[in-house]
Amino acid sequence: MPKNSFDVDRARADFPVLQQTVHGKPLIYLDNAATSQKPAAVIEILDRYYLEYNSNIHRGVHHLSQVATEAYESARENIRRYINAHSTKEIIFVRGATEGINLVAQTFARSHIKAGDEILITEMEHHSNIVPWQILAEQTGAILKYIPINDAGELDLEKIDALLTDKTKLLALVHISNALGTINPIEMLIEKAHDIGAKVLIDGAQAVPHTRINVIELDCDFYVLSGHKLFGPTGIGVLYGKQALLEAMPPYQGGGDMIKMVTMEKTMYNDLPHKFEAGTPHIAGVIGLGAAIDYIELIDFEGAIQHEHDLLNYANELADKTKGMNLVGTAKNKTSILSFTLDGIHPHDIGTIMDNEGIAIRAGHHCAMPVMERFQIPATARASFAFYNSFSDVDALFNGIEKCREVFG
Amino acid sequence: MFDIRELYQEVIVDHNRNPRNFGKLEDANKTLDGYNPLCGDKLTLYIKTNNNTIEDISFDGSGCAISVASASLMTDIMKGRKLDEAEALFNKFHHLITSDEELDITELGKLAALAGVKDYPARVKCASLCWHTLHSVIQGDAAPVSTE
Repeated sequence: MPKNSFDVDRARADFPVLQQTVHGKPLIYLDNAATSQKPAAVIEILDRYYLEYNSNIHRGVHHLSQVATEAYESARENIRRYINAHSTKEIIFVRGATEGINLVAQTFARSHIKAGDEILITEMEHHSNIVPWQILAEQTGAILKYIPINDAGELDLEKIDALLTDKTKLLALVHISNALGTINPIEMLIEKAHDIGAKVLIDGAQAVPHTRINVIELDCDFYVLSGHKLFGPTGIGVLYGKQALLEAMPPYQGGGDMIKMVTMEKTMYNDLPHKFEAGTPHIAGVIGLGAAIDYIELIDFEGAIQHEHDLLNYANELADKTKGMNLVGTAKNKTSILSFTLDGIHPHDIGTIMDNEGIAIRAGHHCAMPVMERFQIPATARASFAFYNSFSDVDALFNGIEKCREVFG
Repeated sequence: MFDIRELYQEVIVDHNRNPRNFGKLEDANKTLDGYNPLCGDKLTLYIKTNNNTIEDISFDGSGCAISVASASLMTDIMKGRKLDEAEALFNKFHHLITSDEELDITELGKLAALAGVKDYPARVKCASLCWHTLHSVIQGDAAPVSTE
């Protein structure tokens, strides 16, 4: 078993859920690409919000409301700092990456895109970055085009120049693929799209727990992320958008908090970011996400990313020696996601046998059915590692694979 | 802790590896697709009926061991059955994989091997997909069956 300098035992101790047994065996949680576990610091702050200062934000003059408003807005500042946005006006709270994409589709894109315009996405998108554009295409008569992927699960970059044309109004693509682990060369693609005048949305749901994000350096127009993949609560996410674009966009939903003044005839919308946050938001979620970022900033995040790489390399080494195991997604630039099939054993059966060993993996199409179609498989089994996984977790995965072989003879 | 062998019994492993009645039935007079969107299991049932009797039955498609073995065992037991007998077996099988109540399963024969599924709630749909599809055929439904 390899070794490195990252203190994984210390990291694990921060995550209470990992300290349990499942079916009588120690839990090995390898479903991090679906959702990450939460450190005690996040759980405690959620508790504290509900125990000590639960109240509605922004309008209250009373003490609790002021404490909650401060906590909510300081979480926004945490996120701004974490992704290096210019201003908190550019940080819009949404339910998750999915809602962020839908927001951009139904506001920015719907008001800019006409019949015959093209939206360019890729074959490796999660359904959340396909369906909103299909809906928009139906509404506007725009055309949806796909950048193909090669056998390694990388974007076929030779096709880009032919696909990015003066008709392309928006390029929307995933930063890191949840089904394949591929890290896309988004810097280069953003630049190419900007050269022809298209705007760019990056789906960062899978990327934020594995890499530093700097939206100014990237120069992307929109970036979306989900809190629950970043060790924060479910039901909360972020849409980053360049201020000038957000200013010019019509609102997404109407309601309280997104207005300055309402008369029976008309409404004056609130300033950014509140213009896009109608209704009482997920206050606890926002505060929890802020705490998750505090947590990440406290740990050795660079060391954590390196540790995840080391886990992936070790898993790849063992996979090489495992007969009948086929990796799906072998990009050169890849994060710690191992999607695979085993000859003669359906991924769903792998999932059940692993579960019986206390190992949580994913089996299915990973909300990326076009990827499955591309590789002509119904499903894969997927193990996805976080920094709190250890080398012995990788060993457990491969022991689980052995167990699958035993059961199926 | 469950012994995984309770779920993956020899009969199931065998019927998964060598599914019986697998492939298109050329002279079928009823065909219906079943789909489990959760895991992507897809199967097509081909049935030849005559005089309210299942004269022949087959299936094809792809799925996990539980769904393939269930379809293989189901098609085996259904040959030559009257439609109302098939419906009674459907009810009995459903009971077998979802209920803790004791019941006489001698009639289900080798299908009893699938009883272990009830300890794995996530897998009940795998075992029942082909059965729901058959049930829909008997009811005369034309729309593909989905477990969701």
